[in-house]
Amino acid sequence: MIDHDVLERVLATAMRSGGDFAEVYAEDKRSTSASLDDGRVEQVTSGRDRGAGIRVIAGETTGFAHTADLSEHGLREAAEAAAAAARGGNGGANVVALSRRDRHDVNRVERFPSEVSKSDKVALLAGVDNAARSSNGAVVQVSASYGDSHKQVLVANTEGVLAEDSIVRVLARVNVVADGDAGMQTGFQSMGHTVGYEIFDTVDVDELARDAARQAVTKLKARPAPSGTMPVVMKRGSGGVLFHEACGHGLEADLIAKGASVYGGRVGETVASPLVTLVDDGTVAQEWGTLAFDDEGHPTQRNVLIQDGVLTDYMWDYIRARKDGRSLAQEHGRGNGRRESYMHLPMVRMTNTFVLDGPDDEDEIIRSTEHGVYIARLGGGQVNTATGDYVFGMVEAYLIENGEITEPLREGNLIGNGPQTLNDIDMLAGDFAMGGPGTCGKDGQGVPVGTGTPTLRVKALTIGGTAA
Amino acid sequence: MSDSPNPSLAELEALSAQIVERAHDGEQLEAYVARGGETEIRVYEGNVEKFVSAQSEGVGVRIIRGGRTGFAYAGTLDPAAIDEIIAEARDNVTFGTVDEWAGLAEPDGVAVTDQELWNDALAEFATDRKIDLAMELERLALAGDSRIRVDDANYADSWGEQAVTTTTGVRRTGRANGCYLQVSTMADEGDETQTGFGFSVGRNPDDLDVAVAAADGVKRATRLLGATKPASRRLTVVLDPFVTAQFLGIIGSTLNGESVVKGRSLFRDRLGEQVAASGVTLVDDPTNPLAFTATDVDGEGLAARRNVLLEDGILRQFVHSSYSARRAKTVSTGNAVRGGYAGSAGVGCLALQLVPGARMQDEIVAGIDDGLLVESVSGLHSGVNPISGDFSTGASGRLITNGHMGAPVREFTIASTLQRMMLDIAEVGADVDWLPMRAAGVSLVIHDVTMSGS
Repeated sequence: MIDHDVLERVLATAMRSGGDFAEVYAEDKRSTSASLDDGRVEQVTSGRDRGAGIRVIAGETTGFAHTADLSEHGLREAAEAAAAAARGGNGGANVVALSRRDRHDVNRVERFPSEVSKSDKVALLAGVDNAARSSNGAVVQVSASYGDSHKQVLVANTEGVLAEDSIVRVLARVNVVADGDAGMQTGFQSMGHTVGYEIFDTVDVDELARDAARQAVTKLKARPAPSGTMPVVMKRGSGGVLFHEACGHGLEADLIAKGASVYGGRVGETVASPLVTLVDDGTVAQEWGTLAFDDEGHPTQRNVLIQDGVLTDYMWDYIRARKDGRSLAQEHGRGNGRRESYMHLPMVRMTNTFVLDGPDDEDEIIRSTEHGVYIARLGGGQVNTATGDYVFGMVEAYLIENGEITEPLREGNLIGNGPQTLNDIDMLAGDFAMGGPGTCGKDGQGVPVGTGTPTLRVKALTIGGTAA
Repeated sequence: MSDSPNPSLAELEALSAQIVERAHDGEQLEAYVARGGETEIRVYEGNVEKFVSAQSEGVGVRIIRGGRTGFAYAGTLDPAAIDEIIAEARDNVTFGTVDEWAGLAEPDGVAVTDQELWNDALAEFATDRKIDLAMELERLALAGDSRIRVDDANYADSWGEQAVTTTTGVRRTGRANGCYLQVSTMADEGDETQTGFGFSVGRNPDDLDVAVAAADGVKRATRLLGATKPASRRLTVVLDPFVTAQFLGIIGSTLNGESVVKGRSLFRDRLGEQVAASGVTLVDDPTNPLAFTATDVDGEGLAARRNVLLEDGILRQFVHSSYSARRAKTVSTGNAVRGGYAGSAGVGCLALQLVPGARMQDEIVAGIDDGLLVESVSGLHSGVNPISGDFSTGASGRLITNGHMGAPVREFTIASTLQRMMLDIAEVGADVDWLPMRAAGVSLVIHDVTMSGS
């Protein structure tokens, strides 16, 4: 994308006013999307995003500028702007020698989406619409979208890192509305992978559509969700959002450094039920949050955050690790510096965050729950890391009565407190599954993330419904 | 670094017109060309932690032919990229489904209400002064209460200019700028930590009130110290103006004309009916210069206008773009919205406001025996379904007992349905607050809401 010697000169320009560290992050992304609604392919969209962000760190200050002009002139202008913003550092080396990093092949692409005709992509949506509508007469509306992107990324910095990657992602989503005597209800399904179009050979999007329709139709008969505190069982694959919110964000080293997390200063302590081993792993093949390199050019890896209930480490980006004197050679806890695009500064972010299998049987978990709620699908969530208080939505849930799943429930939010919830996980099955693709928001930036869990039970959560 | 924007609207307008001239016979073509920039300064412990200086530009091209629509965008104004996206948009047309209502907006003769959306003083505001403001914000927040820590103190400004031209005769340009201060705070007492924030927004640096932003940051974090989880029950809630504005945003989405024509609005068959309590009048008025989202034109280049959506609780109209209006056999209400060059126009409310009532919040509270002042909500995006109407959100606030403000409470939810909440509105306050959202805040009293706690 950019010549080696141009990068070296741009980095030297960035360091001219006394920076300690400088970095160029460049991307060239082509995307295609198509949306279907109300039985029509409404619009096919093609997108082109190309540019570079330049970061200069001088002492405590980070300067950042970005440009859509990838010529040497454009890059040097941005480098000067970033350097001026960060002026007043201690001064560092301004001779840069880049060495290329080997890329571990986490996402092998067989069929690039650009090689697939747009009519095939549109046909996929027509199939989704048909599958949802024909599965049940109560379905009154279907919207579906398809998206793919192919992003070339380059990261170079004054510590000699030169990493290049090519990231291909595909995504499909379907929303269904069903109408009944008590009003409308909705269902949703999605799939997203960091891989080529060949994923559609193994994932049946029509099946996703039928599942979204089933959710909407099932909820037509739903009763109001209960109000109050009770045991909650989460189906395999659905509980990942819980861990993402209840503790994932709180284990991000930038929040720890500012004293903005309830998990600060607790490495080595028991922070969860001994059943819980929590991992963040950016290397899982094809998953939505998977990357060969993070967005600072460091290889992603499997980082164990909680082992058998004991907090082992936080997640780190390069800047936080450097400020805390952690060596780059340190094996543990790196590869979590991510950004939404070249227009954004990187920060500590999750990749794929999941809980490993436990000892229990999933059916036994339900049988041993006298009265509670079974959640088959969670919606989005939100956490206040400083207090640990979090909230997330349940979009497909059922009552558990006398050890059996009974009636469907209308939607509502659940709330809890992260440290409390982690201790309250009293059963964990051995049926691990990843959940759907997510977009994690932090400080105004969204990045793709994956989550996963086996079936599990939390002995007490507050359900925010309206029924007694 | 304080590159003041050099607004070259004429250049953008000419470029969009040149693109439109490249439409083929039988095509409708819309070219939206935009440029913008921002400065973002974050201060932490007396140092500039982050200084972002950013500029971006891009173009979006929509082509409609024979009822089929195609779209393409590029994050650059590079001529080669523009050639590429015109070709891509034209190619994309062939994969759309014929839609008899598809079409661009046509000039409708509604006069544009001029707005002062651009401020030269902000465009020329010196970088050092921006840094000083963020530094002062951190200092004032820390000085406001010994229990306060500051997570970050920020100054940010942004500017944008755009031109939209169509083959149907729309030709508009516009530019706007704005700035804000924002502080994230934490308050510690014993083992407990609570968080808060404060902000101040303006079109002009003189509008920024650093003392108010700091004081709000202190108040929001400290007022929750000692908060407990309340017992579950049904009660009357008073939504603080900041919460009401978020609530109105959801109500607005149910009045979206596109959702109505596609059968997704829970009010789709209710025009002319009582859907809210009498006394509730909701307008969408981007021509009101007090509104943060005030604008002169909508996303399709039609004049923004004042629309009465609910009048004394009766549903009077939905908001429409030219597309949804054509399908609904009505006219555009000037409510096309677009998120920049990378997307084509959808439909949305622009600047909602409840017509205020007579009493301030303290007078309202004095008349409530058992209630709850909801000061913040979380998880609205996950707990509210605007199609089914289910409403459930995490919340914090203060109990109201016998007309007095009581103990702070947190870690609970409030729940009802949108349909019921609209009918259960008991009073709209007089305390209008023009917040940086698409809706203005005001105290709002709603009966019979379920609070789920312990």
